[in-house]
Amino acid sequence: MTIWSPIVWDVNDDLVFKALADPTRRVLLDALFAQDGRTLGELEAVVAEHTEMTRFGVSKHLGLLEQAGLVVTQKKGRVKLHFLNPVPIRLIHDRWIDKYTEHHVVALAALKKQLEESP
Amino acid sequence: MSKDIQVFRVYIESPIQTVWDAITSSEFTTKYGYGGEVAYDLVAGGDYRALTTPEMKEMGMGDVAVTGKVLDADPPHRLVQTWVAAWHHEETTLTWDLKEYPGGLTALTLTHDCTDAPNTAQDVEGTGDAAMGGGGWPWVLASLKTLLETGHSMPGAGR
Repeated sequence: MTIWSPIVWDVNDDLVFKALADPTRRVLLDALFAQDGRTLGELEAVVAEHTEMTRFGVSKHLGLLEQAGLVVTQKKGRVKLHFLNPVPIRLIHDRWIDKYTEHHVVALAALKKQLEESP
Repeated sequence: MSKDIQVFRVYIESPIQTVWDAITSSEFTTKYGYGGEVAYDLVAGGDYRALTTPEMKEMGMGDVAVTGKVLDADPPHRLVQTWVAAWHHEETTLTWDLKEYPGGLTALTLTHDCTDAPNTAQDVEGTGDAAMGGGGWPWVLASLKTLLETGHSMPGAGR
């Protein structure tokens, strides 16, 4: 069994947190959130707007996101399309953010937004 | 603007046949997600109905929450069906793909094609408040995972 096995993918939240810890991978997730079902080439173009990276590099980041379950790929004809998978985030939400803490998180998110928007 | 084609994947520590049964039989569907019974005629052209729960009926819904037709059934690996929510009257297509891995792990991938069905797309994407019924597929699949892995319904899920 290789490290790429889904047995390993499933296991824990570590992979999700690790995947989210990298700015390029967050750019990729944001890009898929804005428009889903994209090819490697399209995503490479998005990353290029932020940083210099080879197609191989982008592909590696997508591999990590897929390993964490945050991205699911589907073949359509000869191209591979990348989709954002919201389920792992839901699982983490259910596990870590219960009904008692949720309103704090919402309040913090609102505060962050306010701070970021003020000049 | 919600996405036309939405893809959801969850890994469940459960045999593939159990996951299949959990999608297609009321014995399970009453214990996770929105908790309604289902009726599947698992042949191409067969009818699909998801019934409302007593709670939904109290809210003024009729007996049937979702209707559809089975387009392709290959137990326990693949199920393609249409899916029409009674409150929207938009025809959409669901594809359930199940893949089993060694060690009794099953990957369930649900693809919901909501092309030309913006209201349905918004309801199922799961960006709403789960406590208010807005959890969509991510919440339904999370509760399915909880049920099959622990034997208990997730709080707030099922009926």
